[in-house]
Amino acid sequence: MNDKGKIVTGLVIFAALVTFPFWYNLGKAAPPPEVVLTEKAKAAGECVMPKEEIRTEHMQLLDVWRDTQVRDGQTVYINAKGKAYTMSLSNTCLDCHSNYKDFCDRCHAYASTDPYCWDCHIDNPKEGE
Amino acid sequence: MERSRREFLKIAGVSAAIGLGTGPVIEAVAAATGHQAAPEAQVAHHPEALKATRWGMVVDTRKIESAEQIERMVEACHKEHNVPMLEEARHQIKWIWETHFHNAFPSQSTDRISEHLEHTLLPVMCNHCENPPCVRACPTKATFKRESDGIVMMDFHRCIGCRFCMAACPYGSRSFNFRDPRPFIAETNKAYPTRMKGVVEKCNFCVERLAVGKLPACVEVSEGILTFGDLNDPDSEVSQLLKENYAIRRKTNLGTGPSVYYIV
Ligand code: SF4
Ligand code: SF4
Ligand code: SF4
Repeated sequence: MNDKGKIVTGLVIFAALVTFPFWYNLGKAAPPPEVVLTEKAKAAGECVMPKEEIRTEHMQLLDVWRDTQVRDGQTVYINAKGKAYTMSLSNTCLDCHSNYKDFCDRCHAYASTDPYCWDCHIDNPKEGE
Repeated sequence: MERSRREFLKIAGVSAAIGLGTGPVIEAVAAATGHQAAPEAQVAHHPEALKATRWGMVVDTRKIESAEQIERMVEACHKEHNVPMLEEARHQIKWIWETHFHNAFPSQSTDRISEHLEHTLLPVMCNHCENPPCVRACPTKATFKRESDGIVMMDFHRCIGCRFCMAACPYGSRSFNFRDPRPFIAETNKAYPTRMKGVVEKCNFCVERLAVGKLPACVEVSEGILTFGDLNDPDSEVSQLLKENYAIRRKTNLGTGPSVYYIV
């Protein structure tokens, strides 16, 4: 009784099936998302934190902002450069980035995350935009 | 069979060792990339923020002449805080509302109360109790008392909608969002968030306004009926009013220590 042949064949088929999505998508990587900046965001020129940091750490920053605002009643954030901002997702972040669909959603969809900030924080545009 | 089992154990041992070994590496990498919100940044209070050690409200019931005066307060508060207008009574959300003396003060009403009190409606809201039962009931610390100024606040992000706080509050100051409130807000104030279905809400003594140097919205439109200030400051307007007039609080026998006083 030697089933070596069968086992090896089975393993090869199994490996091929498991890795199929990788072969199938080879060379077809989904393009990284392009976010659209509003005129206001462009005019501001810089964000609360440097671009690379805000891109990867905005969730940590928002977490700190929320606790500081709600628990301690402090409302002003002074960044490393010494510039002051109001700590508010609704009134600071979403004031510049008032294009939820073309800004927030693009990366979140790409990264397959589904934050529900906008269930409560109103996805601007504010009047006149 | 013998051998394969040995092999298996060996491989398992090696994998476990690798698994254990990577922990510190991952931590070191995380530390090197500085995985925390900008450490050099600072936070501060708004320069005009109003501060107190125990905020309180005094309602001068003698000045109430009509129900419209109270409706104006309700409107100002509900507009400011995106409180939805729901028709069905059991779905309604209220931060401040009007009620009769015998409802607000069930243990203080007698068979003969002054005509004025009997016929006027009084504004009622969260009492921002000194010893708040809602805070003790809340399992998530979504409801908490700010030690700095005595305001009983909610962090809506944390609320899981268990409604223990509603059962614990003896004043019915809290409302639950049985439905998504958004479609029922006639005119949204974009500076303030809304709530979502499954979250409790109540009067917050306008913390967001105090933080930028403004008095509560209801006080501003109250035509002198409401006075807001620091109960611990003997020179504050509220302390003066309480020194010169007889005032009562709601259900004091329960030991909650309300911070809302009614001059009768
Ligand atoms: S009135 Fe009710 S909700 Fe407000 S602090 Fe007191 S117990 Fe809590
Ligand atoms: S409903 Fe929300 S605020 Fe109330 S006790 Fe539960 S978690 Fe706390
Ligand atoms: S203090 Fe502010 S939140 Fe409370 S009832 Fe008045 S307006 Fe509403």
